[in-house]
Amino acid sequence: MGARELLSFRHGVHPPENKHLTEGIASRRLPFPKEVILPLSQHIGTPASALVKAGDRVERGDVIAEAAGLVSSRVHATASGTVKAIEHWPHPGGSMQPSIRIQVDPHSTQMQRPRLVPHWDEVPAEQLSEEISRAGIVGLGGAAFPMHVKLRPPKNQPIEVLMVNGCECEPYLTSDHRTMLEHPDDVHMGIRIVLRALGIDRAVIGIEANKPDAIEIMRRTAPGDLDVTVQPLKVKYPQGAEKMLIKAVTGREVPSGKLPASVGALVQNVATTANVARIFETGQPLIERIMTVSGRGIRKPGNWVIPFGTKLRDVIDACGGLTEDAAEIVFGGPMMGQSQATLDVPVLKATGGILVLSNAECKRQDILPCIRCGKCVEACPVFLNPQLLGSLARVERFEEMAEKADLGDCMLCGCCSFVCPSNIPLSQMFAMAKFQLGRLARQ
Amino acid sequence: MNEAGLRLTASPHVRSEESTTRIMWSVVISLLPAIAASLYFFGPSAILVLLASVAGCLITERLFGAIRSSLADGSAMITGLLLGLCLPPGFPMWMAFLGGAFGMAFGKLIFGGLGHNIFNPALLGRAFLQAAFPVAITTWPARSDTWWTLQGDNLALPFRSPTVDAMTGATPLGKLKFADEPVVTPIQDLLLGTISGSLGETSALLLLLGGVYLAIRGHLNWHIPVSILVTVYAVSGLIYAIGISPFPPLFMLFSGGLMLGAIYMATDMVTSPVTNTGCWVFGVGIGLLVVIIRVWGGLPEGVMYAILLMNALVPFINRATQPRKFGSTRVKPAAGKEEGA
Repeated sequence: MGARELLSFRHGVHPPENKHLTEGIASRRLPFPKEVILPLSQHIGTPASALVKAGDRVERGDVIAEAAGLVSSRVHATASGTVKAIEHWPHPGGSMQPSIRIQVDPHSTQMQRPRLVPHWDEVPAEQLSEEISRAGIVGLGGAAFPMHVKLRPPKNQPIEVLMVNGCECEPYLTSDHRTMLEHPDDVHMGIRIVLRALGIDRAVIGIEANKPDAIEIMRRTAPGDLDVTVQPLKVKYPQGAEKMLIKAVTGREVPSGKLPASVGALVQNVATTANVARIFETGQPLIERIMTVSGRGIRKPGNWVIPFGTKLRDVIDACGGLTEDAAEIVFGGPMMGQSQATLDVPVLKATGGILVLSNAECKRQDILPCIRCGKCVEACPVFLNPQLLGSLARVERFEEMAEKADLGDCMLCGCCSFVCPSNIPLSQMFAMAKFQLGRLARQ
Repeated sequence: MNEAGLRLTASPHVRSEESTTRIMWSVVISLLPAIAASLYFFGPSAILVLLASVAGCLITERLFGAIRSSLADGSAMITGLLLGLCLPPGFPMWMAFLGGAFGMAFGKLIFGGLGHNIFNPALLGRAFLQAAFPVAITTWPARSDTWWTLQGDNLALPFRSPTVDAMTGATPLGKLKFADEPVVTPIQDLLLGTISGSLGETSALLLLLGGVYLAIRGHLNWHIPVSILVTVYAVSGLIYAIGISPFPPLFMLFSGGLMLGAIYMATDMVTSPVTNTGCWVFGVGIGLLVVIIRVWGGLPEGVMYAILLMNALVPFINRATQPRKFGSTRVKPAAGKEEGA
């Protein structure tokens, strides 16, 4: 370790960080709402299947929907109360999704049922992923990929190093930062457990250099008996993308179309590992997390521990309400997050942040013709040619985009749209193209 | 819209402050010192020529219809100023106007307007003028005694042969190449602009200053001017050293339209390659062509043709210099046709 120069990847962008709005605010618990809405799909993969029906009494932490298939994840009750209905409800993804509505019992202490917790050291390594699966843990970095699937890599691609992602490269978001500051021991314990599950002993925690206090505390609390290093990284978006993190730390590029396991790496977000620790400490499954509520359109920005299923409206009310010039509400970060159309949507496992952007923060400008300045080419972290992709998208030559311009490698990070001086919505066009290609493939 | 009056947009929800309009206007601003210098050296004639070429460009842009006209983005203004800066101070105004109109119409608008053209419109306008009025465009009137006296034939009536001023002074390149007794103009004169030449040829130092300003603001791809200038210096230095050419390398750098061309014409984003690798290739190509035309060509100056020729090659350069995608080792053959988005 020591004073190495800051590692990073090539290209990328540096949007205004705006982390100062919330990074110094310790997380507090949001009051339990009157109702929680828990969609059966809070993860990538098959939606879970409900185990409860209207009228059932559930306690906080109870399993209410079982994973359906390998790539799927359990859903737990995030508050004690009565199941009111299982019905379609607005989902942050933009569609209506089957969701379990729980009327929260106002008289409940919201304690979990006492649960026998196995000691992590006594569980056979190969069963750890089963425990993690039972706790409904998904990647909290944004993609919400079921964690237990990642812990079972292909036999021919052994994992050599666990990369713990504390980059938090999205502007505004400070939830991972607060997790590291407030629960460093949970993060390290989670790392210990994941390392045991993988049968390896090396982990690297990558943290962007704009969080010196987190770097310091993670170093100070690192266990002496494991090879866990903290690697400060350059502040650059998308440093927290899996491939970018691996490139920065190891210098290796994950081959196009392959998983990180192909270079012997596995990436987990810091908040995810912290939640792994909690399974074995308190028996608490994944039912809540720290979320950053920020932006200049919310009166009281801060970091909050929010039970999943809490409606956006309740979060906003608890944070002092919207300001006069609030214009757009985004789940996630400003670069990849998703606009919300209604205040009824619930926050989910992957919701690391709720941004209320003011008009000034997200002003839209006229789209001008492409002047081929090449700024998008210089920004693309996976070295595509967004200028070419954009010109193909404009004439709807989607197949050509995939076959000849590597649309498949685009991760929709938004760097090209961010830098485009003509305000061409490149990543939106690419998302559109991917969607159309998906539809063609299904036909 | 929806219940809360919330805006729904695709990510990213924040954008850089950079805008095409801002880039264009800062190019205009960076040209102001050089324009002021041309006013200082050539008097009111400089303004007349610039006014005429700018008017030619703006009016043509406007006439091509409201949909494609984009006066506000500043690109027509740049074309007009750049064209004016590569014309001699005594150039008839009507010709400058015509050059601007031609460059705009045939260099840019018939391709579909901003972003779609192949050739630098200002240079295409100048190439047109060079072909149409070879005498007027190579006539550099001698400095008049008083600052406010008009140079040459600015006010000539359209389609009347310009009455060429009896006193003409050759440009440094002309003096060295075509004079009976070749003279190498001292570098300080080239730098400060106390020479005869086109409006913008005379202040290499101020043009460099403008270029540095643009490069710092990220509005100019420095790879292009650097590769052009280094190539010209290195190649001309080599052939000067072995006695093939009479041009000393520093003289090559600071004479003629090289600074204007390298910093402002070749870097036109629309007509230069999109990748940095491509920009190196593009710049080296321009540098080589400049030296070849100046040393062996029949013209005193080669910057204009060098850039136009390389403009034509940009689609090929783009195709050959596609970035290597992350996580792959081989460079894929690029996609079909090059198109402006």
